[in-house]
Amino acid sequence: MSNHVGQITGVSGNLLRVRFHEPVVQNEVAYAHLGEVTLKSEVIRIRGDEAELQVFEDTRGLQIGGEVEFTGELLAVELGPGLLTQVFDGLQNPLPRLAEQCGFFLQRGTYLQALERDKEWAFTPAVKVGDTVTAGATLGTVPEGIFKHRIMVPFGWRGKFEVLEVAEAGNYTLDESIARLKSETGREAQVTLVQRWPVKVPIQAYAERLRPTEPLTTKVRIIDTFYPVARGGAYCIPGPFGAGKTVLQQIISRHADVDIVIVAACGERAGEVVETLREFPELEDPRTGRSLMERTLIICNTSSMPVAAREASVYTAVTIAEYYRQMGLHVMLLADSTSRWAQALREVSGRLEEIPGEEAFPAYLESVIAAFYERGGVVRLHDGGIGSVTIGGTVSPAGGNFEEPVTQSTLKVVGAFLGLSRERSDQRRYPAIHPLESWSKYPGVVPEEAARRARTILRQGNEVNQMMKVVGEEGTSIEDFVVYLKAEYLDAVYLQQDAFHEVDAATGAERQSYVFERLGHILDAPLKFPDKDAARAFFQQLTQTTKDWNRVLQDDPEFAKIEQTMTKMVAEVSADE
Amino acid sequence: MNNKVYHRIEEVAGNVITLRADGVRYQELAEVESPQGASLAQVIRLAGDRVSLQVFAGGRGIPTDAKVRFLGHPMETSFSEALLGRVFTGSGQPRDRGPRLTENMIEIGGPSVNPAKRIIPRNMVRTGIPMIDIFNTLVESQKLPIFSVAGEPYNPLLARIALQAEVDVIILGGMGLKHDDYLYFRETLEEQGALARSVLFVHTAADPTVECLMVPDICLAVAEQFALKNERVLVLLTDMTNFADAMKEIAITMEQIPSNRGYPGDLYSQLAARYEKAVDFDSAGSITILAATTMPGDDVTHPVPDNTGYITEGQFYLRNGRIEPFGSLSRLKQQVNGATRDDHRTIMNTMIQLYAGYKETLEKQSMGFRMSAWDSKLLVYGERFEQEMMDLSVNIPLETALDRGWAMLADCFEPAETGIASKLINQFWPKAHAETPDNGRQEERNHLEAVASSD
Repeated sequence: MSNHVGQITGVSGNLLRVRFHEPVVQNEVAYAHLGEVTLKSEVIRIRGDEAELQVFEDTRGLQIGGEVEFTGELLAVELGPGLLTQVFDGLQNPLPRLAEQCGFFLQRGTYLQALERDKEWAFTPAVKVGDTVTAGATLGTVPEGIFKHRIMVPFGWRGKFEVLEVAEAGNYTLDESIARLKSETGREAQVTLVQRWPVKVPIQAYAERLRPTEPLTTKVRIIDTFYPVARGGAYCIPGPFGAGKTVLQQIISRHADVDIVIVAACGERAGEVVETLREFPELEDPRTGRSLMERTLIICNTSSMPVAAREASVYTAVTIAEYYRQMGLHVMLLADSTSRWAQALREVSGRLEEIPGEEAFPAYLESVIAAFYERGGVVRLHDGGIGSVTIGGTVSPAGGNFEEPVTQSTLKVVGAFLGLSRERSDQRRYPAIHPLESWSKYPGVVPEEAARRARTILRQGNEVNQMMKVVGEEGTSIEDFVVYLKAEYLDAVYLQQDAFHEVDAATGAERQSYVFERLGHILDAPLKFPDKDAARAFFQQLTQTTKDWNRVLQDDPEFAKIEQTMTKMVAEVSADE
Repeated sequence: MNNKVYHRIEEVAGNVITLRADGVRYQELAEVESPQGASLAQVIRLAGDRVSLQVFAGGRGIPTDAKVRFLGHPMETSFSEALLGRVFTGSGQPRDRGPRLTENMIEIGGPSVNPAKRIIPRNMVRTGIPMIDIFNTLVESQKLPIFSVAGEPYNPLLARIALQAEVDVIILGGMGLKHDDYLYFRETLEEQGALARSVLFVHTAADPTVECLMVPDICLAVAEQFALKNERVLVLLTDMTNFADAMKEIAITMEQIPSNRGYPGDLYSQLAARYEKAVDFDSAGSITILAATTMPGDDVTHPVPDNTGYITEGQFYLRNGRIEPFGSLSRLKQQVNGATRDDHRTIMNTMIQLYAGYKETLEKQSMGFRMSAWDSKLLVYGERFEQEMMDLSVNIPLETALDRGWAMLADCFEPAETGIASKLINQFWPKAHAETPDNGRQEERNHLEAVASSD
C-alpha cells in the first residue's frame, strides 16, 4: 500500500473532498480513516489539488482534516476457485463470514478477503515446462463443485510467456505458486490460484465475439415460445412495482439452461435475496441433480446498503461472470434492478453538482448502460471453446412509465424486451409479460411461423375485445366472439403459468413444442356454436381441462387421458362434422 | 469532543444555519441557543471550515449571534423498558408528563442488517380483515404501506391492525400528525389496554419540520433494540409523505439538484434505509412496518408512493373506505398462505379474477349494453363480494372468511365457471348447495355479521 495520504476538506453525504499532494489516479481506491476503522472510497473527480471521492460506507463522524490514504489501485475483485455458492456484498465482502465476525449488523469499515485463504484445492496441471502461453490460457484446473475451474494466466498480462515451472498435481492453497512464467522480455512472474481484475474493465482474453443465436430456455412458456432469450444475449424486464419483475427473475434463475447463475441484487429488498439464499441450497438443479446453490453466486447490495457500493455491485457481478465465461461456461447474470444502479449514478452526479440530464439523471447514463450490457455476449476462446454471458436486467421505471430515461436507454441495447404490465398483474395474469407489446430478436423453441399465427390470434382477440367495449357483446358477430374466446383461452392456458405449482411452474422446451402444437390445432379448428353463451361455456370448460393438463407430468398416464378428453371436446363442436 | 461555543452564524436559510468551526464531525449534534430557547441541530455538510446544520426547532428567530455548542456525538435516544407507555416528540423529548430518559443512549440510523442474518418470514399476522387475511396476507417482518388519499380512514385502520395483531411491542411514529389523530391513537391504545406495550414518537403538524425527519429513525432504532431482545415489534408510521416532504424542504434549502417534482435524487435510498429496517432476525425477534402514505391527488405515480412501492413488500390501497383488491398486494403472502388451508390460494385467485370480471361487466352496463347470462351472474357476485368481503366492518377469522368465499361462489356460479381445479371442487364446493338455496345461508350470514359488528 502506498504512503500517499491526503486530508479531508469537505463532507457532504457520501462525497468527500480531499486535498492530495502526489499524483492520484482517476477511479483509484482510497481509505478514509475514522478512528480505528478505514472507509473504502473511490476517486471520481479530480480538480486542481483536490479529489472528490465517493465513500462506499456511511460517512457519519468524518471530520475536516481527517486522513485519507490513496492506494493507487483501481477497484478490483478477486477471481479464483471458491467464488460459487458465495454471497458477497457489492465490494465482494463475503456476507456470511462478515456475520460471523460482526453479528447482526453490517459494521462499516470491516473488509474481508473474498476467498478463503486456508482452503486447499486439488490442482491438476494442463501445461508442461517449455510450453508457450498467453493471457487467459489454462495452466491447470481445480475441481469447484461440479465444475472444472480453470486456473488461467492473468488476463492483464500482455504478450507470450514461456512456462518455466508448473506445479505437480496436488493440493494447494490460493496464494501458493502453481507456475512460473517468463515473458518475451525475460521477466519472470509467479501465477497463483487467484488473480485480481479491475471491475470496470471488460475481460477480453478471447479470440472473437460471436452472434448470439442459440435459444436459452427458461421454462417460462411466454418467454421461450413468444419472446425468447438467446445465450449470450441481453434482455430487460421493465415493469411497474408489483408486476412481478423479481419473481420472474427468480424463476429464470432456477430454470435457465446455463451453467452458472449470478444474481446481482442491486438496491432491491433484502428479503428477496434472503429467499434465494435460504431456498437455493434446498432446491435440486434438474440438470445435475445437485443443489441449485452449487451453480449460483449472489452479489447483494440491497437498498439500505450504501449507495456507492450499489453502483460497484453490478460491475463486480459482471466481472465474475466474465471470469467463468473464460472457462468455456455459459453464465447468466440477473441484475435486479438496473434502475437502482442508475439512481445511484444520479445521486452521485447530483452531489458532484453536474449539469443534470433528463429527470436529473446524468448525461452519460446512456453510454454507461450500453457499456454494461455490452459486456454480455458469446465468445470463442483461444482454445476454441465457447463461453457466454447472458445479461438480464430488470428496470423499475418511475410511475411505471416506460418513456423514462433508464428504460429507453436499456431498450436500445438489449435483444429482447419483456415488458410487464400493471393491467395484467391486476388481473392476476402471471407472468404479467405483455403479450402484444413485448418483442425479441432471438429465435425461440417453436417454429417462427406457429408463434406468429398465435400472436395474430392474440392481437385479433384483443381487437375484438376493444370493439366489444364499444359495441357490446350483442353487436359482435359470433365468429369474432369465438376469436376473442380463443385468444383468451391461449392466454389462460399457455401465456399464464402458475409459478407456485410444482409442474406448471416449469415447462421444458420439448413439452412446450408439443403442447403448443396441440393448442395450434385447437386454435386453427373452425368451431361452431349455437350462441355466445354456449361458446363461453365451452371455452370455460376447455380452459379448466387444459389447466388440469398443465398440472400433470408429461409421463403421467393422466397426461394422455386429459389430452384425449380435450380432443374429444373440440371434435364435438368442430364445424367440420 | 469540542467544548468551544461559537456565536457567529454566517448564514441562515430556511432551517439551515452555517457557521465557521473546526474539529466538527459529520452528522454530529449541536445545541443552538437563541432567545427562542435551546434547540438541537445536526451537521449536514462540511466544506472547509464552514459547517451547515439543520436546526430542529427551525430557523425562525435565530439571531446571528446565537450560541452554538457542538455535542461531539450523533443523534441518540435512550432505550429501556421504561419507554413503554410513554409519548415523545420527534427529537425524543417527553411529550407526556413523564421524566426525561437519559440512560443507555443508543445511536439512531445505525447500519443495516446483514442479509445473511435474516430469515425467510414465515408467520402470518392475523388481522381479522378478509381483504388482508385471504387476499393479501400480512406477514411478520413485512414492510407495507397503506396508499390512501387524504380523508380515508387510514389511521383507524392502522390502529385496528395494531390492536388485533399478535405482537409484543407497538411503536407509533407520527409525522405531521393532526393533533386530533394523535389523541385518537393514544386514546384507542389506552382504551384497549395496549398503551402499556406501546411507545409513541409523535411529531404533530404544528411542530418544527426538522423533527419530522427524526421520527422514523428514532422509532426504528428503538424497535431494533426490542427486536434484538426477542420481541415481535410492530412499527406504525403515519404519514410517510410528510416525511418525504420534510426531506424535500431541506434538500431544496441546501440547493441540491432536485430530480422529480422537487424531491431529492436520493429519495429512494432514504426511504429504503428506513423501510429496510423491517426484519426477521435469525435467532431473535422481528420488526414489522406498516406505514400510511397519502397520495397527493390520488396519484400513485407521484414520487413518494411510486418509490415506496418499489421498496416495500406490497401495498394496501385504501379507497372509498375499503381495501381495493386491485393494486393491493402482499409480496410475502406466498410464504404463509400455502400452509393455512389447501383452498386458500385458490379462493384468493378465483375470487379476484371473478371480481375483475364483475368490474368489466359494470363498465359494459354503464355503457348500456345488454347483459348476458354470465354478466348477470357476475353482477350478483360482485355486489356480494363488496358487501361481505371488502367492507372494512367485516371482522372474521381467516377460516370463516374462506368458507364464506366458497358459499358465495356456490351461490353465484357453476363449478366449471370458476375455473377451479377439479380436485378442489370435489373437496370444498358446498355439497348441500343445490337443495338449500339461500335461506339457511342468509341466516348464517346475518348471524356472522351480527358477530362481526359486535367486535
